[in-house]
Amino acid sequence: MDKAIEVKSLVKKFNDFVAVNDISFDVKRGEIFAFLGPNGAGKTTTIKMLTTLLHPTSGQILVNGYDPVKDQNNVRKSFGIVFQDPSLDDELTTYENMEFHGVLYGLDKKLMTNRIEELLNIVDLWDRKDSLVKTFSGGMRRRLEIARGLLHHPKVFFLDEPSLGLDPQTRTHLWNYVKDLNKKENITIFFTTHYMEEAERVAERIAVIDHGKIVAHGTLDELKKHTSTNTLEEAFLKLTGTEIREEEAGAADHLRMARRMWRRK
Amino acid sequence: MNTIYILWLRQLKRYLRSRSRIIGSIGQPLLFLVALGFGLGPIFKRAGDGNYIDFLAPGVIAQGILFTAIFTGIELIWDRQFGFLKETLVAPVSRFQIMLGRTIGGATIATIQGVIIFFLTLLVGFRPYSLAMLPIALVIMFLTALFFTALGTAIASTLDDMQGFQLIMNFLVLPLFFLSGSLFPLKGAPALLTLIAKFDPLTYGVDALRSSLANVTQFGLVNDIAILGILTAIILYIGSKLFSKIEI
Ligand SMILES: Nc1ncnc2c1ncn2[C@@H]1O[C@H](COP(=O)(O)OP(=O)(O)O)[C@@H](O)[C@H]1O
Ligand SMILES: [Mg+2]
Repeated sequence: MDKAIEVKSLVKKFNDFVAVNDISFDVKRGEIFAFLGPNGAGKTTTIKMLTTLLHPTSGQILVNGYDPVKDQNNVRKSFGIVFQDPSLDDELTTYENMEFHGVLYGLDKKLMTNRIEELLNIVDLWDRKDSLVKTFSGGMRRRLEIARGLLHHPKVFFLDEPSLGLDPQTRTHLWNYVKDLNKKENITIFFTTHYMEEAERVAERIAVIDHGKIVAHGTLDELKKHTSTNTLEEAFLKLTGTEIREEEAGAADHLRMARRMWRRK
Repeated sequence: MNTIYILWLRQLKRYLRSRSRIIGSIGQPLLFLVALGFGLGPIFKRAGDGNYIDFLAPGVIAQGILFTAIFTGIELIWDRQFGFLKETLVAPVSRFQIMLGRTIGGATIATIQGVIIFFLTLLVGFRPYSLAMLPIALVIMFLTALFFTALGTAIASTLDDMQGFQLIMNFLVLPLFFLSGSLFPLKGAPALLTLIAKFDPLTYGVDALRSSLANVTQFGLVNDIAILGILTAIILYIGSKLFSKIEI
């Protein structure tokens, strides 16, 4: 089994809208794989299907050799994830968020305690372990989410726009750490980003998705050659066009308003 | 087991940390006790129904439990929109355990709320008729809380934003409360009202509480508990089905 992820003819429809339209690709074990595309291309939807949160409309998926539809538990044990949107409990402390995760993943108490300390030290949050997450900046939250996602020693690590809203220092730090992790523990990395220079620097292979279709995939050099361009950014724009994609204001935005008003009461 | 425990613990920690929520939720029952208890008390007495505070106190406790339970159940929508739900849904544990942990956590909070209101009723002059019945009252509170938390969770499982929240408050929670016989005796009420009340699960929670705290009952304590127990089992089953269907 040299494939960490295998996807064949994957389709996801929301009613009549086709968000992911018959895509196929694979990710090798131990590889750093970038999944790029404009807003609304279908990246997050694909990740949700890979991670058992959404059922595919059709097609086959294997993550670490297991099927996310039929064999959810084995798939779930084998990956870690940093979601695009926040996923921490604001009312809990750093340590409590980690502990919650460890218990859900059935970790041994003693191993868990050691691993939490180790990971929080790596992401520089150990001295904030008893602070409530609601007092944290975006960068601190991201770091905590990364530490949490790694707590149970996943084989595949999904990062959906992990550098969104981070300053350049934190981003550099984050990618150095992820690269290191990939090398030392041979963890497969599957990530999305809008920063082309990040993908250029760390990804071994890249797939570009647009309007639910994979429009190109291969190594950086292959993509540049294929599009006769000199940088990934140029290749990306050539593949996906220059038209601006609106990000929809989803239910979450409305809710944020509602909650703010609720709290004021 | 650990899964259920950690979810329960999370709910409890969140509750204990929001002091404003605890204090805020005392205002409403206090208002009912003072305005209705003292306001309607004389009329109640003249009608020959005895001490209204004794009658009202279990009803107001049930009201506090109802509101808190439905609310903690519905909070699932927030977990969903603010992302934390995803963290639990990708974990290698069954959805049923997640739902159960959440629900028991919510029910514990609602029960604590009920106990706080019980102490408030003592302040306005309520006296339970028998101390030996207090543990039973506590069990009834928890059962009522469990039912309504599960109901809130079941409803929240089918909603993906807050649009429905006001609707639920106005068209479910308030009618459940006002039609349950919390505020007035069903005995002697118009037949239609009594009939409607019989379809209101809170009616049985209130009746059981009243039976254990004030020794007044319409349907009998054992019947009340049996009905509540069966309804709770049903709603837990439906709720876990709906919860396991959630896609994010
Ligand atoms: N639950 C949903 N219901 C309907 N449409 C959705 C849903 N989730 C995503 N979409 C739509 O599917 C498309 C792909 O979204 P997404 O995968 O989030 O894109 P990306 O992550 O590449 O920005 C978008 O047009 C989005 O509006
Ligand atoms: Mg996305």
